[in-house]
This record gives sequence, structure tokens and C-alpha cells, in this order.
Amino acid sequence: MMIWRGALAALVLGLLAACGPHADEPRTLVFWTIGREGEAVMKLLPDFEREHPDIRVKTQQLPLSAAHQKLLTAFAGDSTPDLTQLGNTWLPEFAALSALEPLEARVNASAMVRPDDYFAAIWATNRVDGQLYGVPWYVDTRLLFYRTDLLKAAGFDAPPRDWAEWRRALAALSHPERGIYGILLPTNEFEQLMSLALQQPDPLLRDDNRYGNFQSPGFKRALAFYVDIFRSRQAPPITAMEAGNPWDEFGRGVYAFYFSGPWNIGEFRQRLPASQQDDWSTAPLPGPVGAGVGAAGGSSLVIFRRSANKDAAWALIEYLSRPDVQQRFYDLLGDMPARRSAWDGERLRNDPKVRAFREQLEQVKPTPAVPEWEQIVNEMQLVAAEAVAGRLSVDQAAAEIDRRADRILEKRRWILAHDRGAQGTSP
Amino acid sequence: MNSRRAAWWFLAPALLVLGVFFVLPVVAALGLSLTDYDLYALADIRHLRFVALGNYWELLHQSRFWGALWHTLYFVLVGVPLSMAASLGAALLLNSPLARGKAFFRTALFAPVVTTVVAVAVVWRYILNTKYGLANYVLGLLGIHPVDWLGDPHWAMPSIILFAVWKNFGYNMIIFLAGLQAIPADLYEAARIDGASVPQQFRHITLPMLQPTLLMVAILTVSGYFQLFAEPYVMTWGGPLQSTTSVLYLMYNEGFQWWNFGTASAVAFLLFVIMFGVTALMLRAGRRKEAP
Repeated sequence: MMIWRGALAALVLGLLAACGPHADEPRTLVFWTIGREGEAVMKLLPDFEREHPDIRVKTQQLPLSAAHQKLLTAFAGDSTPDLTQLGNTWLPEFAALSALEPLEARVNASAMVRPDDYFAAIWATNRVDGQLYGVPWYVDTRLLFYRTDLLKAAGFDAPPRDWAEWRRALAALSHPERGIYGILLPTNEFEQLMSLALQQPDPLLRDDNRYGNFQSPGFKRALAFYVDIFRSRQAPPITAMEAGNPWDEFGRGVYAFYFSGPWNIGEFRQRLPASQQDDWSTAPLPGPVGAGVGAAGGSSLVIFRRSANKDAAWALIEYLSRPDVQQRFYDLLGDMPARRSAWDGERLRNDPKVRAFREQLEQVKPTPAVPEWEQIVNEMQLVAAEAVAGRLSVDQAAAEIDRRADRILEKRRWILAHDRGAQGTSP
Repeated sequence: MNSRRAAWWFLAPALLVLGVFFVLPVVAALGLSLTDYDLYALADIRHLRFVALGNYWELLHQSRFWGALWHTLYFVLVGVPLSMAASLGAALLLNSPLARGKAFFRTALFAPVVTTVVAVAVVWRYILNTKYGLANYVLGLLGIHPVDWLGDPHWAMPSIILFAVWKNFGYNMIIFLAGLQAIPADLYEAARIDGASVPQQFRHITLPMLQPTLLMVAILTVSGYFQLFAEPYVMTWGGPLQSTTSVLYLMYNEGFQWWNFGTASAVAFLLFVIMFGVTALMLRAGRRKEAP
């Protein structure tokens, strides 16, 4: 009887607690993710919510193809989430919109997020006009996947380290008459040419990013190298759409090199048979003089200025930045950690296929931090494809890219001049 | 007077809906096309500049606009006659007294219209694949060299046209079928008694009797084909070498990819003016034919 009464009282109390409004009701944090990251991050969140019982995280997954538009629409419609994942080429755009919360002070006060533990160039992509807007979450750089067995059979014991060696290997491995090519460079993807261009000493934009700098000797060298690979029929002039299933063709030896990013480690492990797993590896991107310089890519975590839960959002960023959580994230998805200390974990340290990425990440170079960059680099690729098709010479193509870049940057020039004028007149 | 007022009240709901969801956006877009509305303006409205007809002027001086317009015209000029011929041909076959299994064929030929363009594009991309595609396999059997259907800038637009015609002809076929069934049978009977051959019957009875249907279908198809977008978007991404970038594709890129809504609105109005002109010409040509 006593037991029953006690149980009943507990039940009533429990119900009252559940129904009644009370002070420590968990706050809901809205977190948008883009692409595949959404599912993996869901598995990391229960631990966070256990540590922070006052915070509930609501995630929403955006497909990559719609994410950009959705984020801009959310900004225009005043319905941004508390925090989101943001590709570091999009970050300057949202910084220009003043949509993002500056994070410098929070980072300085944080025991968890330590800038010196991050790859320097990746960290730099989160800085726009001297202000920090994001914390790198995972990183990405494009480099070479190659068939070790095919290279060995052609007399190359090690992957190429510079352009001259690379061209020698490409020449030896290409047999276009049999439909066999040294490398696949989809003509609609800008990342490959952009990586080659970033290896050059010349910046891609000039005068404080007011004009294109594509007629520099450096860019022309990169473009000539890129175009010449196609002209020598060492790469087929096809788009990714036509390439269809590059993994199978890489496995069948149609291409000896494949110029791509970290997610393909997982793809090749999954798609190639076990017997072929020792026949491929990765190598730092060969440069004009040495290997390992590429583009600094990846995604950051950012907080929106209009968020009402900035402290909770920062707590989530700190949690996702913990080296052990970054390692779990890598185990779940294969996204490479942005922090060096997270690379000391067992799986990353002992995996020979990620070593090249680790090497290259120390030397990656950021792309120009202007909102127009993605549009400029798209135009660059459209013109480069014309050069590949033989419709333009390298010089003509470089001049045309500059012309288009200057047109796209017109508004930026006007704003820079206008704002300076405004500052000049203000007391 | 009173009945007139009542009429306006009856029209009011429709006018309100049209005004809010059609007239207002169109006027707003026209206003937008006179500015350089973009990301910077979204961030800070003081960065919005009134450029009058500057967007139009600049577009008319850019090869990418003329290129896109040419691709669209190519698609319309080849695609519309081909599509109408296919529709009319299929309708004639289905309407023939000799045809068997009419219900089945009518459904089968109409099926592509109701399929999802994204889904069938995947199938067509396999068919048109240079190395592994069915199309090149069949050509190979005939001893013809493989064609790079979607990768060669000369072949990409014909491939898109083929895809679009296959996808759309069923719709017009149904309209033609209805038109054909409305032609009185005694006309054909009288012609047969006079000794007219089948081609003569087609030329002197079917075509004149179908005239209004043909005009309507032509106008609808032309205005539909001018708005080419989904097919290149899912088949070629506007490539190769932008050979399948249409005017609407250009507008989509400017507006929804790069957020340059000033330029995008200007593209939309240029396309509207062109389509308006073409349809007006077609209507006038159709009326002149009817007049005598």
C-alpha cells in the first residue's frame, strides 16, 4: 500500500514536472548541415546533449545543390539558423552580407579552439578583411590518386613530385588510340586548374582583389600546362557528366591518375575489389618545382549574427572541434579533421592513403576572399574549356578570363571607392 | 449600372489573385531589371544603383547573351517543326481506321509526357553515353563510328532536341487526335467518291480542317520551347562549351546561382519581348491565312 502510494506520488510529480512550464526548459539550437555531413553529425549530437542538458540541437540537412540558394534565401527572409556548416569559398559572401557573427573574441577566450593547432592556410580562409568568421570543421584539398601498379609497370617507382616528372609519367601511361589516358580532368570542374594556378607565385586577383590577375606569367604557365595535357591527348576533353563512373574506369586502368579530393578515398575503398586495394595510392600534387601545394578547401562552422543562442551555438562549435570528436567524425564519414592533434589518432596516423593529404595540408593556399570568387572561377573554367577545345590560345584565354573577372568585380570596385569616399566625408 | 458593379464584384477575387501573384511580381521584376540588385544590395540597400537600361544595354553587347539566344532559336526552329510533325504523324496513325490497340498506343505514346524529366534524363544519358550507350551500339552494328552525343558541341543540341521532342510530342498528339476526330467523316467520303488519293485527302481536307488546331499548337509549342531549361539542366549542365545554354539557363545562372537579380530580370524581359514578338507574328500570319 505504502509502495503504491509512493509510486503514485512520484508519477503525479513526474507528470507535473513534464507538463508545467519551468525555468530550465532546454533551448533549441537550429543547426544546418550541407550534404552528407548531416547524418554523421547526428550520431555525435547525443553526447553533446548529455553534456549540455539545457540545449537541444535540431539539425536540418540541406542538399549541396540547393544549400547556397537556401542560405541566401534564409538571410533575405530573416530566417537564418543559429549556426551552419559553410564551405570556405562561400564564407566571404556571407561575411560581405554581414550575416555572420565575428568569432575572434570567443576563440581568444576558448581553451578548446586553439588557432595554432589548425592548418594555417585553412584557418586563413575563415578570415575576411581581418575579421574571423568561422572555425574550420573539416578540410579538403585536391591531389593525385594514382595506380601504383601501372606506374611501376611503366618504370616509375614513386609518384611524380614536379611537373616535368608528371608529364613524363603521363606520356608513358597514355595510349589514346586504345582509349587509355594518363589522367581524368573533367573540363567542367574548376578545382584542378585552380589548384595548379594556386601553385604559382602570382596572386589570382590584384590590387586588393579589385581586378583579375589571370594574364600574369604564373597563371599563364598553369593554363598552358593544363591545356597541353589535353592537346597531347593525355586527358580526354570530357565533362564529369560524360565521365560517368570514373572509379570503375580508374580500376580498369583507363586512367592512371585521378585529380580529386579526400572523399574519394572512401569511394575507391568501397568500389574497387579487395584485390585491387594495394594497387592505388595518393600523392601530393606535383608543382612546378616541388610537390604538395594545392587549394585550401573544406567547411567551417559559423554562427549567424541574428541568432539568439550564440553562447549555445559556440558550445556546440567547441564540442565539434574537440580532437576526439573530430576523430569520431572522420571514422563516421572520412571527412578530414581540421586540427593537427586530431590527426594523431590511430586510424589517421596508420593509414598510408591519407598521408599525402596530411603533407599537402601544411602547404595549401587559400583562394581570394571575395564574394565573387566562385563566379570568377566558374568563368575561368568556361574559358579554359574553350582553350582546351582549341578555340582560344592560352594568351587569348587569359585575356578573356581577365575581362570577365573585371566585369564581375565592377561592383566591388565601386563599393570600395564609394565606402572610402563615405569615410572621407564623415568626421 | 448596378449589374456592372456586380460584375466587378464577381471579377474581384480573380483580379486580386492575378494582381498580387502576377501583375505585382512582373512590375517588381521590371523595376529590378533597371537596377543592379545583387548580393551587395541585399547586404546594404545603399549599394543598390539605378542603372536605367544599363543591364539591357550590357546584355546586348555580350556574346554570352547572343550565344544563348542563338541556342534557343536553334532549339525552337528545329524542335518545334520536328515535334509537331511527330505529334501529327502519331495522331494520324492512331486515328487511322486500320489502327489496332488504339487505347494501348495512345497511353504508350503519351507516357513520356507524364514522366519526370530528371528521371528519364538519367536513362537518356545512358542511351547516349559515348562508350557504353545503346545509341552508339546500334550505330556500331551498322558500321557507323561512335558519336559523342552529349560531349561534342555540334551534337549536344541535336541530342537535346531529340530528347525534348520524344518527351513532349505525346501532349500535342492528344490535341491533334481530338482535332482529327472533329473532322466530319462525310468530307472524306465525298473526296473518295471524287477519286481523291490519301495524300490529296490529307492535303485538301485534313490540313485545312486542322488549321485552327495547328495554329494553337504551334503557338503553345513555340512559347514552350523558347523556355528551354530543364532538358539542358539535367542532361548537359548547359555544356559542352556552353553549346546548350539557353536564354532561360542564362537567367537561372545569373539570378539563382550568382544572385544578380538585376541582370537576371533584364534577361527575362528580353526573352519576354522576343516571345511576344514571335507569337504576335504567328497570330497575324494565322489570321491572314484564315481571312481570304
